[in-house]
Amino acid sequence: MARFIARRLVGMLLVLFAVSVIVFVIFNVIPGGDPAQRMGGREATPELVAQINKDWGFNDPLPVQYVDMMKQLFSGDLISYQNQDNVIQRIKDGIPITFSLAIGAAVIWMGVGILFGYLSAIKAGRFTDVTLTILALIGISLPVFFIGAFFLYYFTFKWKIFPTGGYVKFTQDPWGWFTHLLLPWICLAILYVGFYSRLLRSNMLDAMNEDYVRTAKAKGLTERQVRIHHVLRLSLIPIITLFGLDFGALLGGAIIIEYIFSLNGVGGYAFDAVAHLDLPPLMAVTMFGAFLIVLFNTLVDIAYAWLDPRIRLGTSAA
Amino acid sequence: MTDRSLVEVRDLQVTFVTEDGLLRAVDGVSFDLRAGEVLAIVGESGSGKSVTAQTIMGLTRTPNARISGRIDYGGRDLVAATEQGLMSIRGQEIAMIFQDPMTSLNPVYRVGDQIVEAIRAHTDEPKHRAKEKAIELLDAVGIPDARERADNYPHEFSGGMRQRAMIAMALVLEPNVLIADEPSTALDVTIQAQILRLLEQLNRDRDLAVIIITHDLGVVAEIADRVLVMYGGRIVESGTLDQIFYDPQHPYTWGLLGSLARPDRPRAARLSQIKGQPPSLLHPPAGCHLRPRCPHAFDRCTQVPPLEARVGGDHADRCWLSVEQKRRLRVVQGGDIGLEAPAA
Repeated sequence: MARFIARRLVGMLLVLFAVSVIVFVIFNVIPGGDPAQRMGGREATPELVAQINKDWGFNDPLPVQYVDMMKQLFSGDLISYQNQDNVIQRIKDGIPITFSLAIGAAVIWMGVGILFGYLSAIKAGRFTDVTLTILALIGISLPVFFIGAFFLYYFTFKWKIFPTGGYVKFTQDPWGWFTHLLLPWICLAILYVGFYSRLLRSNMLDAMNEDYVRTAKAKGLTERQVRIHHVLRLSLIPIITLFGLDFGALLGGAIIIEYIFSLNGVGGYAFDAVAHLDLPPLMAVTMFGAFLIVLFNTLVDIAYAWLDPRIRLGTSAA
Repeated sequence: MTDRSLVEVRDLQVTFVTEDGLLRAVDGVSFDLRAGEVLAIVGESGSGKSVTAQTIMGLTRTPNARISGRIDYGGRDLVAATEQGLMSIRGQEIAMIFQDPMTSLNPVYRVGDQIVEAIRAHTDEPKHRAKEKAIELLDAVGIPDARERADNYPHEFSGGMRQRAMIAMALVLEPNVLIADEPSTALDVTIQAQILRLLEQLNRDRDLAVIIITHDLGVVAEIADRVLVMYGGRIVESGTLDQIFYDPQHPYTWGLLGSLARPDRPRAARLSQIKGQPPSLLHPPAGCHLRPRCPHAFDRCTQVPPLEARVGGDHADRCWLSVEQKRRLRVVQGGDIGLEAPAA
């Protein structure tokens, strides 16, 4: 197990290194990326641009610039080109928002997704199943910006049921936190509920034909016991995997939803950084997202071993 | 062995509604299972032997299945029984083990826990007591270090041990009937013999009636008291082990016996085989199901399915040939059909 984790850690560092290099290179080759010109403003004199290039080290060779940026990133001194904000501080401020969004959405989509998938599977081919299938397909097909805009228009603007976008700290006003986040949660969850319920349904239908399910029935267990302890239990394993990956990615920022609902989380910050071609926050946000994805990948592998004893044996032997 | 019937199956029909039409898996099967006996059901794949056995347990009750007839167990009709009623019988009165022990145990639960689950499905036994019982049974079916092994997962067991664990699980509530669906087919030959010996021993010591389903006549010879030969969803011949092996009446039984490799007789260049394919259960041939493959078929066979004819005692078959014709034909085929010597 220790070896397994050590191996994954090394892999994680390699991935982060590769991601940072790629982001850095892309930024330096795209047109309009010259930061000094942008920082100098529309009327910048050549002297000013030269001064900025000198002050910010833009004249250094690219590898040197890269190393400088990494140093700043990990020491927490990274400054935005756009407004000279401290990037790390800005991400730290965004984390509670993004995490609130991701965790709440995850609770909804896992709960509803598993419930719908389960119902769909046990009522396969019947009215409940058909209805849920149609709903799932609608959820999967609707773009998130459409649902977001739709919700925003009706629930906050027309009917004024929910407050308009923004974020309220949980510690200040738990109810406000909840009402401000409920719509974005649902928007995010709709898509995933569709995917997860479809996946669980097909997993369960497959599992129902397994020999061990027949054994469970032959033991005299009730239909419900068979479904929950035998069919559902095994069908959830792939769902957990998928969840780890999706959740990890979402913790790195839900760009569109955060933007629509004016949540200044990590995703919203990423949107601004792209809009302004601002390398430092772009780099930091990308690294943050990549780190979470790789981290959750590893967690999924560990969880897998815990959920499926067949794999457990393999890892301890390796 | 007594003559008291534990299970009486009468005119059992199991039909599955499929996209291609009605599939008659079991077509009018009747037989008795007597207390304490080992009854073997033999036949090719698709002969309806597994469906017959699973229907006794109510495991074929899928939305597309049509089941009719009677299965009488202790005065209850298992065909008409509610799902609730069947649940109390499954595992407790009639237990079942399956062909592939590799996939018949749930991979994510400990073996002991799966047995505990069976106990607690029918009794209020507290967990630790159920666990003790599970360990006791694992020990009884020959699992070494049963106490430690109970905490293993199925993948840590070998195939033979898994089948032993399946048997332990089936026996834990002391059922009256054990249905073994090809219990040794997926195992090595030596392990096969061990499992059969275990079943034999349980049959003897616990007075457990066993229905064993197999396509392997070697298994039948080793363990069965009585034999049902099934073909195309029907029982074509039934009788005691000796009757089936030494006085087979039905041409299909001759074919089965002829395809058996026998170390005790001169080796034929090639084992004889039954020509053709098993009948389609979607579009079975009219009359006798064996007719298209039977070298002895005549007009009558194409028109009317043969009725059951008693040969004597427990021995019955379904063939239009007269007993004398059969004696003659069988001897002509003699060397191939497994007769020691013409009985008379």
